[in-house]
Amino acid sequence: MTPALPSPRFNYWFWRTAFWFLMAAGLWATWLRVTGGLGAVTNLSDAFPWGLWIGFDILCGVGLAAGGFTLVAIVHIFNIAKYRPILRPAILTAFLGYLLVILALLFDLGRPDRIWHPLVMWNPHSVMFEVGWCVILYTTVLSLEFAPAVFEKLGWQAPLRLMRAISVPLMIAGVILSTLHQSSLGSLYLIVPSKLYPLWYSPMLPILFYVSAIAVGLAMTIFESWHSSRAFGKHLELPLLEGLARALAVLLSFYLTIRFADLWARGAFAALDPARGETWMFALEVALLAAPVVPLFRPGVRRRPGALYACAVLTIFGFIANRLNVSVTGMEASAGVHYVPRWSEVAVTLAIIALGFAIFRAVARNLPVFEES
Amino acid sequence: MAFAILFDSTRCIGCRQCESACARRWNLPYDDTIASEEKLSAHKLTAVQTRGDRFARRMCMHCQKPGCASACPVGALQKTADGPVVYDAARCIGCRYCMIACPFQVPAYEWNSRLPRLRKCDQCADRQAAGKPTACSEACPVGATVSGTREAMIAEARKRLETNPGDYYPGIYGIDQVGGTSVLYLSAVPFDQLGLPAAIGHDPLPDLTWRALSLVPGIASTGSVLLGGVWWITHRRGEVARAEKKERGS
Repeated sequence: MTPALPSPRFNYWFWRTAFWFLMAAGLWATWLRVTGGLGAVTNLSDAFPWGLWIGFDILCGVGLAAGGFTLVAIVHIFNIAKYRPILRPAILTAFLGYLLVILALLFDLGRPDRIWHPLVMWNPHSVMFEVGWCVILYTTVLSLEFAPAVFEKLGWQAPLRLMRAISVPLMIAGVILSTLHQSSLGSLYLIVPSKLYPLWYSPMLPILFYVSAIAVGLAMTIFESWHSSRAFGKHLELPLLEGLARALAVLLSFYLTIRFADLWARGAFAALDPARGETWMFALEVALLAAPVVPLFRPGVRRRPGALYACAVLTIFGFIANRLNVSVTGMEASAGVHYVPRWSEVAVTLAIIALGFAIFRAVARNLPVFEES
Repeated sequence: MAFAILFDSTRCIGCRQCESACARRWNLPYDDTIASEEKLSAHKLTAVQTRGDRFARRMCMHCQKPGCASACPVGALQKTADGPVVYDAARCIGCRYCMIACPFQVPAYEWNSRLPRLRKCDQCADRQAAGKPTACSEACPVGATVSGTREAMIAEARKRLETNPGDYYPGIYGIDQVGGTSVLYLSAVPFDQLGLPAAIGHDPLPDLTWRALSLVPGIASTGSVLLGGVWWITHRRGEVARAEKKERGS
C-alpha cells in the first residue's frame, strides 16, 4: 500500500491557512511592538541589545539576497549569457529581500520614524552608516534593475530604452555596492574583539562575510528556481543550475579553507572546549556548510534536482547558522546572558518571510519574471 | 584641558551618595529599591557594586577614542574636547550599535518606552563647562571619587600609589585601556575583581573598524574600473565574433 500523497487541494489550503495564521500572529506582535516598545515584544536587554531581528532578518536577509548581484555580475558583466533565464527571478528575490530587510529594520529600530536620519546626519567613521547608505542605494539600483519587467508588462518602450542606456553603470554600481555592504556586515563586528567569542571574531570577518554571501546567493538562486519550477509548473533550468552548483562547490571549498586557515592562524582552535555550547554551534555551522561540498563536486549529484536542492538548503542553513552564531551565540558569553527570542520576535520574522514568498508568487504570476525558453 | 574622574576603590565606603546625587542631577527616581540594583540601567547611570568587602563604581568610561561614537551612524554620540562623551537624543535612531560596540557594557536603553532613548553618564558636561566638579565627586564624602583634568587625576593617582604602595594593586586602570579612558580606577585588588574587563587591549576600538572602512573608496573606484574593464572585454569578444561571422556570411 502506498501512502496517500497530499492532494494539491490540501496543499493549497494548508499553505493558505499557514500564511494567514502567520500574518495574524505577525500583526498582533506588530501592535504590541508599536504600543509597548521593544521591551514588550523582545527578550533584548542592555546586556544583549541585538537579537533575532538583527541576527536573522538583517544579517541573513541581506546575505540571502546576494543572488541578485552575483547573477547580474555573471550575466551582464562577465557576459555569460546562458544564465539569463534565471537572472530576473534572482533580481526579484534580491529586490524583495532588501525591501523586507528594511521592513524588519522598522521593527528593530528604537525610533523607526527616524530611519531617514543617516541620509542627512553623517558619520563616515561608522560601519553602520556605510551599511545604511549602501542598502539604500542598492535597493534603488535593484528597483531599477527590476523595473524593465514592469515596463515590458505595460508596453512602455521609452523607459525601456532609457533603462538599457544606463544599464551598464547601473549593474556595475550594484555589484560594487553589494561588495561593500555584504562585507561591511562583517566589519560591524570588528569593533567587538573582547565581546565576540574567538571562534567567530576575526579581522577577516569582512572577507568571510563577503565570500559566504556570494555562496549563499548561488544557493538561494538554486532554491528559488526549484520552488518556482514546482509552483509555476515550469521546467527546471537544470543545466544552468548545474553550472551554479559547480561554482557553489568551489566557493564553499574556498570559504571553508580561509575560515579554517584564519582559525588556525589566530590559534582559535584552543577555544574548542567540548564543555561549551559555542563549540557545538560552531560544529553545526561547519558541518552544514561542509556537507554539500563533496556531493556538489560530483556531476551525478548536480544533475539530480532533489540532491541539488538538498545541497542548496544545507548551504542556506549553514549560512544562517554562521550569521546567528556571530550575532547571538558568540556574543552570549561576554554579555553573561542567554538569549532566546520571545514568541513575538519569531512571529514578526516568520510573517516577514511568509510575506516575501507571497509577494514573489504574486509578482511572478503577473509580471514577465520567467523568460520563455 | 581634558577632564577626568578618578575613582579610588580603597577609599569607597559604599554609601551611594554618588548614586543619589547622579539621580538628582538627571531627575531620575531614587529609593532603596533602586539603590539595591547594583547595575547600570536606563534609570541608573552610575552604580556602586559590592565586590566582596570592596566597592566598585560603574559609569560611562568616557574613552579617549570611544567605540560608541565611532559606531553611531548618525553622530548622536560625540567625544567633546573637554573629555565627556555626550549623547544627542534628537539624532538617535535607536540602532543600538553603540551598545554592541561599548567594551564596558555601559549604554542602557529605554526598552519599555515608545520613544526610547539611550541613557548613560555624560560626566556632568554642563557642570564642567561651568567650572564645577561632577555631581558624584561633589557628593563623595570620602574622596573616593574626585574629578579634575585628566593630567591632574593621573598625577593624583600616581601620588597615592607612591605614598601607600601597600594599599594598592600596582597600576591605574583606564590609563591606556582601549587607548585610554576619562575615568581612572585605583584598586587594592586586580581590576577584574572589581568587574572591569581585563582583556580589552590598548588599541582604540575605532581603529579596528576604520581599517576596513578606509578601504571603501579604493574598493569602489578600483572595483568600478575593473568591472568596467571586464564588461568591455567580454562584450568586445562577442562583437568581434559577430562581425567575423557577418564577414564570412557576406
